[in-house]
Amino acid sequence: MELDFESLKAQNNQVDDFTHPDFYEIDNLLTEEHKLIRYSVRSWVKKEISPIIDACCQEATFPQHIVPQLGDIGCFGPQIPSEYGGGGLDYISYGLAMQELERGDSGIRSTASVQGSLVMYPIFKFGSEEQKQKYLPKLASGEFLGSFGLTEPNHGSDPGSMESNFKDDGDHVILNGAKMWISNSPFCDIAVVWAKNEAGIVHGLIVERGMEGFTTPTTHKKWSLRASATGELVFDNVRVPKENILPNVKGLKGPLTCLNSARYGICWGAIGAAMDCYHTAVKYAKERTQFGKPIGGFQLQQKKLSEMLTEITKAQLLAWRVGTLMNDGKATPAQISMAKRNNVEIALHVARESRQILGGMGISGDYPIMRHMANLESVITYEGTHDIHLLILGMEITGENAFV
Amino acid sequence: MNILVCLSAVPDTTTKITFTDNDTKFNTDGVQFIINPYDELALTKALEITEAKGGEVTVISVGEASIDPVIRKALAIGAHKAIRIDTAAKDGMHVAQSIKQAIEGQSFDLILTGRESIDYNGGQVAGLLSELMDMSLVNVVTSIEVEGDSVTAIRDIDGGRETVSASLPCVLSAQKELCEPRIPNMRGIMQARTKPLEVIAPAGDYTKTDYVGYELPPAKEGVKLIDAANAEELIDLLRSEKKLI
Repeated sequence: MELDFESLKAQNNQVDDFTHPDFYEIDNLLTEEHKLIRYSVRSWVKKEISPIIDACCQEATFPQHIVPQLGDIGCFGPQIPSEYGGGGLDYISYGLAMQELERGDSGIRSTASVQGSLVMYPIFKFGSEEQKQKYLPKLASGEFLGSFGLTEPNHGSDPGSMESNFKDDGDHVILNGAKMWISNSPFCDIAVVWAKNEAGIVHGLIVERGMEGFTTPTTHKKWSLRASATGELVFDNVRVPKENILPNVKGLKGPLTCLNSARYGICWGAIGAAMDCYHTAVKYAKERTQFGKPIGGFQLQQKKLSEMLTEITKAQLLAWRVGTLMNDGKATPAQISMAKRNNVEIALHVARESRQILGGMGISGDYPIMRHMANLESVITYEGTHDIHLLILGMEITGENAFV
Repeated sequence: MNILVCLSAVPDTTTKITFTDNDTKFNTDGVQFIINPYDELALTKALEITEAKGGEVTVISVGEASIDPVIRKALAIGAHKAIRIDTAAKDGMHVAQSIKQAIEGQSFDLILTGRESIDYNGGQVAGLLSELMDMSLVNVVTSIEVEGDSVTAIRDIDGGRETVSASLPCVLSAQKELCEPRIPNMRGIMQARTKPLEVIAPAGDYTKTDYVGYELPPAKEGVKLIDAANAEELIDLLRSEKKLI
């Protein structure tokens, strides 16, 4: 459905008064620049996302007009060096930007995560200089939207068994296969696709919209991430020039490196969703009166709020610490797994408890809680499922591989 | 077209106000400072003008090092360079005189300020500065158009609007609706790292006033609801209890 975003913004009469809880003075661990970045993204979300997001989700509409805006504020690849159009900022800045975007909506954060961590990052890390020059500035500005093709209909947690493949054809390769559950796919200009060569080795290829045999059907009927466009990437004998193959990586290490960067962003993003639910619940608990006093004055509601704040505070500390490790280049995949898994789980828990505090109002689109809760059901599954992260941690602890 | 924007750092609008030193000093502990919103409009307008006509925007601020983050934000929004006069902003005269001394020898086509700062609400700096600089002043403007060596500005007046033209250089103070403030982007934030922020010593103490004491407004009382059919009760209360009529 076509939405009139300008009139939604003009008619909006709900003031987004979000402020973040900071029970352990974690702001003192941030620089003034970090705080300014957070302020900027939050201001943009309040102005551009809050007034339209419920309508976007109700109507399952991706607000495509925000893509250049996300580029303009710098949410596409803030951690990519500025000579390629990125922000040249550290990983705490990147994390805070993701937190604020997901505070708005997980779908909006997903769009930025995919662009920055799964499209720009592999081109930056594994691409040729020509590829970097050709694609990164356009992706950073939002002129191009990218998608990332790893998951397949029959291969989710086990990407090594992927069926997508390419065969040598002179200056080109011929790509066949299908990718599923791909964020941004229906609107993407390019896709970073992982497929096996004739020797069965995984390589990354940049596939451009318009290449013959490349289609991106939309996935409909989602109950989650409804403001984000999801679809498939289908390759039917697509001739991809060899210069579009990422030269500097082979094997699953390529896509898994990208996932590390994206998972890191999610561990911050999830805190944003949790904070929004908590903020909403605290406000409601103080205003809603039953039995002659605000429901926040009852022990059962205080228990919920206290536990929420505790979990949010722990999640903030995990995210901050893993961010400083990322800045030092020392964060391990298992450390990132722990933060992603924990923070999404607590966010989902906070969303459910907030929903209880709001009672029936909790399911209404007038409040963000049910939307966040439904979104987080995707977030807890994508970028390594909740279970798979346990296996990554388990292998780290025991040295034993429990995947197979 | 070179424009000077006078910038004041003020407490965030949600700050809980408390005092120290026997209620003679505002307690800045834990207070988040922001660009005075009217000054932010002045800055944004200055950027719009220089983007259309070329030139540079310099921001100037009177305050101690603690306000540097606020100045960096102005640089992140797009100002080209900044000057901070390293002294606490005590009153309007001290601010205006300090600015005048600091920009001695520099030439600006326009000096923009906010109509007032939202903390002390003095609204004096634009007027004092225009007098000290011997420039004309157009106060509290909602529109600015620069053409050649003159400027046309619109002011809200009681029950209408007034259009004023003045020759450059002149001082203008910004009112709401002048423009839409900008959100700094990450590239701007990063560029702000390397933009010049010159810190200069104050030329003197020009303070003309002293703060003798502060007090908070009385706490708000609860709302008393009176049935619409009982207008007499309302009038009674206003007369006998509140003594308003």
